[in-house]
Amino acid sequence: MSADEISSWIIGIIVLTGSVLSLISAFGLVRLPDIYTRSHAATKASTLSVMCILVAAFLFFAVVEGLYSARILLGVVFVFITAPVGGHLMSRAAYHTGVTLWDASIRDQLKEKKRKQNSSSRF
Amino acid sequence: MTFQIMINLLMALIWMFMNDAWTFASFISGYAIGVAVLFFLRGFFPQRFYIGWIYAVVKLVFIFLKELILSAVEVVGQILQPKLNIQPGIFAMDIDLHRNWEVTVLSCLITLTPGTLVVDVSPDNQTLYIHAMHLPDIDKAKEDIRNSFEKAIQEVSRT
Repeated sequence: MSADEISSWIIGIIVLTGSVLSLISAFGLVRLPDIYTRSHAATKASTLSVMCILVAAFLFFAVVEGLYSARILLGVVFVFITAPVGGHLMSRAAYHTGVTLWDASIRDQLKEKKRKQNSSSRF
Repeated sequence: MTFQIMINLLMALIWMFMNDAWTFASFISGYAIGVAVLFFLRGFFPQRFYIGWIYAVVKLVFIFLKELILSAVEVVGQILQPKLNIQPGIFAMDIDLHRNWEVTVLSCLITLTPGTLVVDVSPDNQTLYIHAMHLPDIDKAKEDIRNSFEKAIQEVSRT
C-alpha cells in the first residue's frame, strides 16, 4: 500500500467519525427530554464532529494537493470560540425565562440561589 | 513575558547581523540560542521564564482535547442506549480563580466538554452553576473539573 493510499484511508476514517458523531448528536437532539440536555447534544457533539471534518479537509489538501490552508484551522478555532458562548447563552436565557428542568433531574442548586436573590431584591 | 520575548527577538536579530546571513534558518538558530541564554538568566527576571508559560498553555490544550474525546465517548454511549438512563442536574461549584479571563476560559472549556454546560455565573465570579447530563456523584464531578481544567489554568496564569 502506498503512502498516498494509507493517508487517504486515515482521512476517510476521520471524515466518517465526524459524520457519525454529527448523526448521533442529531439523534440526541430528538431523544433527550428537555432543553438543557438537548443543548448538550446540539452544541458539544457537533463541535467535535465539525472539528473532525475540518481537520480531515485540512489533511486532505495538505497531503494530496500539497496545499496548507490555514483558514481551515482558523475555522476550527472560531467554532471552538463561538459554540460554548452560544450554548451558554441559550441555556442561561432558558433558565431565566423559567423553563423547568426535566422531571427526573436529581438536583438544582441554582434554584436555591435564585430564590434567595428574589426574596432579597423583590423585583 | 513581553519583555523576555522582545529580548529573545533582539538576540535573534543580532545573531543574524553577526553572521551576515539573512535567512529564516539563521533566524531560527539565533532564536534558539536566545532561548538558551534566557534560560540561564531566568533568575534575573521578575517574571518566570516564558517558555514555561508556553508549555503550560500547550498542556492545557492537550488536557482539553483528552477530556473532549473521553466525554464525547461517554455522551454518545448515553444517547445510544435503548432506554435513556441519565440523571441530569445543576450543581454549584466554587472556583478558585480570580481574574476575569480565567473564569471565562474555565467556563468555555467546561461548556465545550460534552456532558457539562455552564448555565450561570454568580455576580462575584466565584461560583459556576453547571448543568451536567449525568450526575450520579456531585463530588466526583467537581473533583474532575478541579483536577483537570482549574489546575491547568492556574498553572497558565502563575507569574
